[in-house]
Amino acid sequence: MAKKTYLQALNEALGSEMERDERVFIIGEDVGRFGGCFGVTQGLFDRFGEARVMDTPITESVIVGAAAGAAASGLRPVAELMFVDFIGVALDQLFNQAAKMRFMFGGKAKVPMVLRMPQGAGIGAAAQHSQSLEAWFMHIPGLKVAIPATPADAKGLLVSAIRDDNPVIFLEHKLLYGLEGEVPEGEYTVPFGQANVAREGSDVTIVATSKMLHTALCAAETLEKDGIKAEVIDPRTLVPLDIETIVNSVKKTHALVLAHEAVGFAGPGAEIAAQVAEKAFDYLDAPIIRVAAPFCPVPFSPPLEQAYIPNEASIIGAVKSIR
Amino acid sequence: MSLSKEKMVAMFKTMNRIRLFETKLQEFFAAGRIPGFVHLYIGEEAVATGACASLTDTDSITSTHRGHGHLIAKGGNLKLMMAEIFGKSSGYCKGKGGSMHIADFDLGILGANGIVGGGGPLAVGAGLAAKYRKTKDVTVCFFGDGASNQGTTQEALNLASAWKLPVVFVNENNGYGISCPQCKSMAVTDIADRAAAYDMPGVVVDGNDVLAVYEAVNEAVKRARKGEGPSLIECKTYRWRGHFEGDACTYRCDEELKEWIAKDPIPRFEEKLVENGVLKADGVARIKAELAAELDEAIAFAEKSPLPEPSALLDDVYA
Ligand SMILES: Cc1ncc(C[n+]2csc(CCOP(=O)(O)OP(=O)(O)O)c2C)c(N)n1
Ligand SMILES: [Mg+2]
Repeated sequence: MAKKTYLQALNEALGSEMERDERVFIIGEDVGRFGGCFGVTQGLFDRFGEARVMDTPITESVIVGAAAGAAASGLRPVAELMFVDFIGVALDQLFNQAAKMRFMFGGKAKVPMVLRMPQGAGIGAAAQHSQSLEAWFMHIPGLKVAIPATPADAKGLLVSAIRDDNPVIFLEHKLLYGLEGEVPEGEYTVPFGQANVAREGSDVTIVATSKMLHTALCAAETLEKDGIKAEVIDPRTLVPLDIETIVNSVKKTHALVLAHEAVGFAGPGAEIAAQVAEKAFDYLDAPIIRVAAPFCPVPFSPPLEQAYIPNEASIIGAVKSIR
Repeated sequence: MSLSKEKMVAMFKTMNRIRLFETKLQEFFAAGRIPGFVHLYIGEEAVATGACASLTDTDSITSTHRGHGHLIAKGGNLKLMMAEIFGKSSGYCKGKGGSMHIADFDLGILGANGIVGGGGPLAVGAGLAAKYRKTKDVTVCFFGDGASNQGTTQEALNLASAWKLPVVFVNENNGYGISCPQCKSMAVTDIADRAAAYDMPGVVVDGNDVLAVYEAVNEAVKRARKGEGPSLIECKTYRWRGHFEGDACTYRCDEELKEWIAKDPIPRFEEKLVENGVLKADGVARIKAELAAELDEAIAFAEKSPLPEPSALLDDVYA
């Protein structure tokens, strides 16, 4: 294994899948020689040429729709939107077209596309460039949702996403791009629907996604010093959701805290909380607690933005309120 | 020329005010004093200035991510702008918006916008409101060459024309949408040609000639006020800085930039004013000194203003 950044891991996955399967191509704004707004597609234009690394005009609706159309026509596009927030411009092509083609057409269509989008707050990019929108995509049957937290998962999940025969929403956190970690060399996939138990513990289960996984791991470290052993689980894909691993953990720890950067109200944690309540109510000795962003848009000013993003103290506070 | 001397001097001041303000932002950003993204308008000042010169306080504009110039040209308050860009609670939007989201509804500034192509439909709405309420107000929609390719922009052009709304679409064609040159993003050379598809006037002007911009937009504004519908004015210009501060600009060459710097709209206008006896050299110096003092005040205001309290986070989510 070699140490690589999350960004390098994504880049490696794209490059190796393009080598392996010539139906795979990249489409998006400034993804060509420029290498993508955050640099994820760097070098791929030189390696594969403009026929396979396509710069589009500013036209999100057509980026998403053309990916869906090309996928339904036998190709395997990997589309990029510069920020997840811009999906607003393209929602119909995603929700009503890409997601529903297979079902509506009686199983005749196949839409093997990946839509990569960075999300998350923390760089002062304000309300229209900082959101975490995974819950929106989880709500639409037909879409899969992957949300890697580590460099290894970034690679393994992206390879799986590209090989999947369904539209996959692939959510990267812009503050994770520089994160380093061990990444397996060569062929490496992480299957969808398989949670990662990132830390074992017996006193409380913390389910955390994306950048919040790292916050949760720090919190678990601190809690350990106070004698509380937290088990930290990253679902890695929200659709399909590995509820079994979470439920089994709750059966052992009897307490559940959910941590994500998306808004709490009707957020991704609400679904997990509901399923745990349905499947393991009798095992819980305390209410399920959600640690999430407040119900407001992402503010610009740094002190407000910092107050907005859930942090280690909020997770510790949540755990201590029930343990 | 249809413009009074006073008006021309005011326009000259506006252009310089934008340039000074932005040059300062460039410096502040490099020094790490401004959070978030900053998109500078340096080199394009003639467009906002020429376009807003025909507008009153009750007319509206919709702006873009590169909005400081539009806001200043529409009369925006430098203190409140600077404080907002610093993320201070005394700023235009209480520090919640930042550089990309400044608005002043009292001045008809309907907001800078982080979404490319977000302004067109809003301009249609503002035009609709003016028509509905039978005011004579006009809305100017600023949008880039890149934004011209968004469906939202094309839909807005169509509806404004179909309903004969008082909207003037001012396209700022600076040749690029981030790294993507115009020739790679559209097959037409002149964005104004697209006006024909919507049966509205489409005009190309030198966007570095403030008077040319003024003349073209003034015609369009008059037409809009008379109820004759929208127009599309394409202003050919260039951004001197990177797409955002920190962009290394690897996608364009130095010669191109030099050619455009030679067409700097500010000295061009200054020469014309001096030549025509509107301004003297000492007048120019006096204006620049005044503007520098005004900017210093704005900076001092922003610096001494407090940051917002975290308790303000949940304010203003709903009316
Ligand atoms: C819907 C949407 N897509 C993409 C972006 C990212 N983006 C910000 S500015 C920009 C380029 C805009 O080009 P143009 O309209 O020509 O304006 P300019 O920056 O040249 O002033 C892009 C792609 C965005 N902010 N919103
Ligand atoms: Mg442009």
